[in-house]
Amino acid sequence: MKTQKVNPIYYIIVGAMTVCFFLFHTIPFIQGIFYSFTDWKGYGNWEWVGLRNYLQLFKDPDVINAYKFTFTFALITTVLVNLLSLVLACALNANIYCAGFLKAAYFLPYMLGNLMIGFIFNYIFANIIPPIGQMLGIEMLSVNILGTDKAMWGIIFVTVWASSAFNTLVYTAGLKAINTDIYEAAAIDGATGFRRFWLITFPLLATSFTINMVLSIKGFLMVYDQIMAMTNGGPGMTTTSIAVLIYKRGLSGGQFAYQSANAVILFIVVATISLLQLRFLEKREAKLND
Amino acid sequence: MTNKRNWLVSALLMLGVIIFILTPLYMVFVIAIKDPSDMVNVLSFPKQIRLENFVDAWVKTDFPRKFANTAIITIINLIFTLPLTSFTAYAIVRNRDKSKFFKYVYYYFLSAMFIPFSVIMLPLVIQASRFNLDNIWGISFLYIIFGLPMNCFLYSGAIKSLPISLEEAAMIDGAGVLQTFCIVVYPLLKPITATVAILSFMWTWNDFTMPLILLTDESQQTLQLAQYVFKSQFSVDYNLAFASYTMVLAPVLIVYVFAQKFIMSGVVSGSVKE
Repeated sequence: MKTQKVNPIYYIIVGAMTVCFFLFHTIPFIQGIFYSFTDWKGYGNWEWVGLRNYLQLFKDPDVINAYKFTFTFALITTVLVNLLSLVLACALNANIYCAGFLKAAYFLPYMLGNLMIGFIFNYIFANIIPPIGQMLGIEMLSVNILGTDKAMWGIIFVTVWASSAFNTLVYTAGLKAINTDIYEAAAIDGATGFRRFWLITFPLLATSFTINMVLSIKGFLMVYDQIMAMTNGGPGMTTTSIAVLIYKRGLSGGQFAYQSANAVILFIVVATISLLQLRFLEKREAKLND
Repeated sequence: MTNKRNWLVSALLMLGVIIFILTPLYMVFVIAIKDPSDMVNVLSFPKQIRLENFVDAWVKTDFPRKFANTAIITIINLIFTLPLTSFTAYAIVRNRDKSKFFKYVYYYFLSAMFIPFSVIMLPLVIQASRFNLDNIWGISFLYIIFGLPMNCFLYSGAIKSLPISLEEAAMIDGAGVLQTFCIVVYPLLKPITATVAILSFMWTWNDFTMPLILLTDESQQTLQLAQYVFKSQFSVDYNLAFASYTMVLAPVLIVYVFAQKFIMSGVVSGSVKE
């Protein structure tokens, strides 16, 4: 192959951007891996410790709890967000009054930062819900849920509230792209209601479904802002996610190297899940397109 | 096909909006203008509108400074991200068949997207303080760099669909690379530029993690971070807290009221290409 001449200006700008990216994104990544094999506290001297941090991680109850919490949370939230978003998107896509206003209103949570949303619901859980719960005689709701062992459900609720905005928008866009002729054909064949949704609409939403599943899982495994705003990982350690644990212990708990090892494991887990999911969902998409 | 509108679905959706979206927002606003003695029935309309809450929050959190910091970070990010990433993406798309360098850079950026922020969080703190990046200027630079893979990816999708003949015509007329890009290519990328701009704005304005770990100096803090820092003081005075939250949320809500269609279509075209 004959190499064509490339204008040097392309090399200069792309080269400069790549060097910057390497310096502040890739080097920290490599440093993290490097430190994970040492006993560095974040300051002072360090020594090689080989795989000790990694072996320790699998025996550390705090780390195991953080993984358990994060996976349970991510799984439940992904399912709930996508169910709710599908229902909302189908409803918003129906022939409704005030469609513009309703669509805009349901997307509004996307605009507010997760920290702000967390603070607002903190107040609602502490001061609005308990009186209502007492009035209705529902025991679970008559105290601040964030102070109990069910605190995870409070965080799930808020995350579903915040994340459904984006997921609903993606599903609505997917629904809009479906040619309505197919529904008329389906009606003639007798497919209506839920059957029509399951057999026709849902398969046609495959692309939107892939986007939402991959982004949801990845985002929820990193859950951080809401927890810092609402429970700060408590009560005890019950709502400490992996990201919160890395931040708290790594930066101020003197476990820099140890939590770096935790971060490396987190990277392997998230990258593997994302890749597997993409592979699986793309296959499903390809199959549906046949 | 019936043209009858479905009032039941409309009513249910409206009910959902009122309970789950409008009531919480109304609550934030109404607490912000209430007197602490008027909190027996939280959702009732205030007996007396008390604007001192805003003044107190303004002074206590040093709102003007935090607002300016957030605005500076957001604007610097936008000013540099849009031209730099679009040109980087352009260079990659137009040269990846000619030179292996651009192909590798593209795959390098793509694979970097699999690294979550919390994974590099700890070493980044060290690296940033080594280069004196723990201030608003440094964090702006980091936003540009960290957004690069995603934004490049979005831009390259749009650039691939541009006809190359226009650029060739400009080059034959004697325009250089940069000139061709600025005059011919960049204007054609307006729709995706809008998407990248919206996503970048939302990211820097609402981000909490990166300011938390990098901006330890109080004079450098952003609006979001200030809310977190003042959390302990706020917990005793809800009216002050919600006045402060209102001032943080208001700019975004005002932008949203006027540009919701634009923002929603921008976010959709960004996500579908992901």
